[in-house]
Amino acid sequence: MTDQTTRLVLPSHIEAVADAAVAVTDFIRNCGVSEEAAFGVEMAVREAVTNAMVHGNQEDESKSVEVIFNCHANELEVEVRDQGEGFDPASVPDPTNAENLLKTSGRGIFLMRTFMDQIEWINRPEGGTMVRMTKRF
Amino acid sequence: MAELNIRERQAGDITVLDMDGRITIGEGSVALRSAIRRLLEEGKKKILLNLAGVGYIDSSGIGELVSSYTAINKEGGQLKLLSLTQKLQDLLTITKLLTVFDAYDNEADALSDFK
Repeated sequence: MTDQTTRLVLPSHIEAVADAAVAVTDFIRNCGVSEEAAFGVEMAVREAVTNAMVHGNQEDESKSVEVIFNCHANELEVEVRDQGEGFDPASVPDPTNAENLLKTSGRGIFLMRTFMDQIEWINRPEGGTMVRMTKRF
Repeated sequence: MAELNIRERQAGDITVLDMDGRITIGEGSVALRSAIRRLLEEGKKKILLNLAGVGYIDSSGIGELVSSYTAINKEGGQLKLLSLTQKLQDLLTITKLLTVFDAYDNEADALSDFK
């Protein structure tokens, strides 16, 4: 498998989350990700893009979300970049704790961590947050 | 085509919502929220969600299920889930929400467990 890259730039409105999902589905089909893993990767990308649009860019349509897929020899790497004010993942409580089970939000990051092998958040010096997620295969 | 199609039917005093599509942020979650809100306004408080046709759900959709559950409970009603796909069952397991929801494989069993 030779390295492949795809880059998307999406407006910050919810309907565009589906565009990212379609793109990741098409990309990973050619990247060696199993069908079972593909479900989780699509889920993680959806959640990351949703977070970037809603929490990062506050659904400000003048701000965009950039999604970059990189397919390497034995792993898929996805970067999602927003133009928001920065983000501390440690500020999100564990949604599986008993006191949080009936909360209606706060599960996106948990699902991203569940389905990807590695994930990190980087506050970009030029502003905004980048989340980088890796799935090995 | 709508992201989520919802068909309503009655089984005695229990309302069954047969759902087909995706419950994701935006249209799908809003459709579920609107359906539950309307049923509660109509005084229908015993609700069985048939999720056999729901092939995909995201964290927003999971949140909407939780929101439906708490809204119905608050009104003194009951919400139960029917025919979870394997993927949805896995998601509710890892989020520990199967400890919250009553979920059934068989409709007759679900209907008979309403009080």
